[in-house]
Amino acid sequence: MAGSGKAHLRNGDDILLQVEDLHMEFPAGGGRTVFAVSGISFDIARGETLGLVGESGCGKSTTGKAVLQLPPPTRGAVKLDGEDLTSLDPKSMRKKRTGIQMIFQDPISSLNPRRAVGEVVAEPLAVWGPKDQDQQWSKVAEMLDAVGIDPDVARYKYPHEFSGGQCQRISIARALVMEPELIICDEPVSALDVSVQAQILNLLEDLKVKYGLTLVFIAHDLAVVKNISDRVAVMYLGKMCELSGSDELYENPAHPYTALLLDSLPVPDPTVDLHTEVAVEGELPSPLAPPSGCRFRTRCDRVQDLCAQQEPQMRRINDAHYVACHFPLVDADEVEVAIA
Amino acid sequence: MTDMSTTTRDHAGEAGQALLVVEDLKTHFEVPAGMVKAVDGVSFTLEKGKTLGVVGESGSGKTVLSRSVMGLNVAPNTHTTGSVIYDGEQMVGKTPKKMKEYWGEEMAMVFQDPMTSLNPVVKIGRQLTEHVRQHHNVSKSEARDIGIELLRSVRIPEPESRIDNYPHEMSGGMRQRVCIAIALACSPKVLFADEPTTALDVTVQHQILNLLATQQRERHMTMILVTHDLGVVAGRSDEIAVMYAGRIVEKAPTATLFAGMRHPYTQGLLNSIPKTDQPSHTRLSAIVGRPPDLINPPAGCKFAPRCPYAQERCHEEEPQLVNAVAVGHQFACHIPVGSPESDAAFQRNLEAGRPQTLAAAGRLLATEELVD
Repeated sequence: MAGSGKAHLRNGDDILLQVEDLHMEFPAGGGRTVFAVSGISFDIARGETLGLVGESGCGKSTTGKAVLQLPPPTRGAVKLDGEDLTSLDPKSMRKKRTGIQMIFQDPISSLNPRRAVGEVVAEPLAVWGPKDQDQQWSKVAEMLDAVGIDPDVARYKYPHEFSGGQCQRISIARALVMEPELIICDEPVSALDVSVQAQILNLLEDLKVKYGLTLVFIAHDLAVVKNISDRVAVMYLGKMCELSGSDELYENPAHPYTALLLDSLPVPDPTVDLHTEVAVEGELPSPLAPPSGCRFRTRCDRVQDLCAQQEPQMRRINDAHYVACHFPLVDADEVEVAIA
Repeated sequence: MTDMSTTTRDHAGEAGQALLVVEDLKTHFEVPAGMVKAVDGVSFTLEKGKTLGVVGESGSGKTVLSRSVMGLNVAPNTHTTGSVIYDGEQMVGKTPKKMKEYWGEEMAMVFQDPMTSLNPVVKIGRQLTEHVRQHHNVSKSEARDIGIELLRSVRIPEPESRIDNYPHEMSGGMRQRVCIAIALACSPKVLFADEPTTALDVTVQHQILNLLATQQRERHMTMILVTHDLGVVAGRSDEIAVMYAGRIVEKAPTATLFAGMRHPYTQGLLNSIPKTDQPSHTRLSAIVGRPPDLINPPAGCKFAPRCPYAQERCHEEEPQLVNAVAVGHQFACHIPVGSPESDAAFQRNLEAGRPQTLAAAGRLLATEELVD
């Protein structure tokens, strides 16, 4: 992985969001640059859920925020319904953002502690919605009800009076009041207990059907991502490794990094072998000086000379399964076909 | 580290002996609203060299339990009663000054958040050797050597230069390794790991859990692994205690527990974990609601308000821990999972449209669920 290329992009009318060759770089002082995202391309069809997985620091959150132009990407295009968001002036972008909402990781700190829940959820409407208070409240009440919070009880309560799971429901209600087409969920369940996590995942699935939502679901837990996603993109150090339908990806991981992530998952079954000493040592290299060629090569157990010299490009290995690796974990004849 | 463990401490001895015997331990906190019964009558016995997994949601009392066993709950509003016998000695009632002899030397703890459990303005070398300098008469340079050795034992690359780092110069995984090294510094006999990997990535989590397992084996340590994720303890504990509302509701050797769990809460925790061998969009069977208020807990079984199997009796009469058929397996439930009564109760609740039961069957729309 650690690859670029656009072989995996689709054409068609039902594509809601298309991100092409997205680069995000930040100055790091001393003339250095953090290469947070380096050439990511993906697309999402209407009504689809795309999972973005990877370790902390792989650029998955930065990618999610770049879609919202927060901040605008260094290079690359972000097309929503065919319209390139990077070319919009700030005023039109602000208007456009109402259709893309975000849910954050920490449900407690993403709600203003000094505002009552009724106000927190109504705030987007106060800016863009009807000016009439009653109309605003009826919309807010509808959304709170939809996420399983009793609107009349919650209206004048403050975020600290709710548990983490309930705060996350409130954040979801706030994202929903603008009736967005696309919601970017940035690790929405990683701060929650497994029992609450299941509630929130089920809730997102139900809301998706009810309101016809398209979701980008960012997380580091592969089991969670598989559960909710139609397609999954694996990221590593600002690059994309692998992209596939979720069932296919988990059954036949082709990228060594995907396989590593899957092997690291704790399995709730004591009879499963823990692969006690597999090649999971090592950490993410610094994005200030990413390795040449394939960015994963420093931790990869299949590394060859080629990996340092040439960056692998995304290529198709079957139907809708794409991988950016010189030596993917697929049958030898399949590789030959793919290389040919 | 091996040389240190032989010079300063005897090996923890043979398995089979009870190192830690906890009986009817209660930790209550006095707050303006009343008495929070965070731990309310917990008993367990832990043999030398074994690992006990303590599992439960936030607020189930698992962290307070491990802190109470270690004698770390010292605030004036805390009331700890019951008995904690460590190596033949009663720990409950010992003053913090007296407990200092045990902290680090006999028992040590790895905390959840490696970002906040290290002092940000002190170099890790000094934090690493604080215990050693406290308990043993060692010079600065000796302490430094011990520190380097400790960092090496937790597999931190280039320990000679890393020892002069500040915590912010390290990644989360590295910092957790440092926290483990600090806990191991005086070769404790019992290691408490309180959600040691919750704040970390899966790959790093795997590394840290492996590290803990290796260190435990090499040092013959006894370990208490506290977590909310049954997946974390499944392959890494000898015994599991599931806590709910300050009590143990089910306890069994790990293999026995997974082969036949009897408590609906244990089953609920396991079922709510998404699994990679299920196809995507598999509906998760959720436990509705949240843990009870520990000041005024519900009458009867404390899990009954969330339980898919609950019947009238469960709301009135609190079940006590009873022995199951398998050796060492105990559970506290009137209608244990896997019995004909529980199937009938589930069916009855399902027909009555009880939301808790519908959710467990994956039939409740989350948008229709109203949380209190």
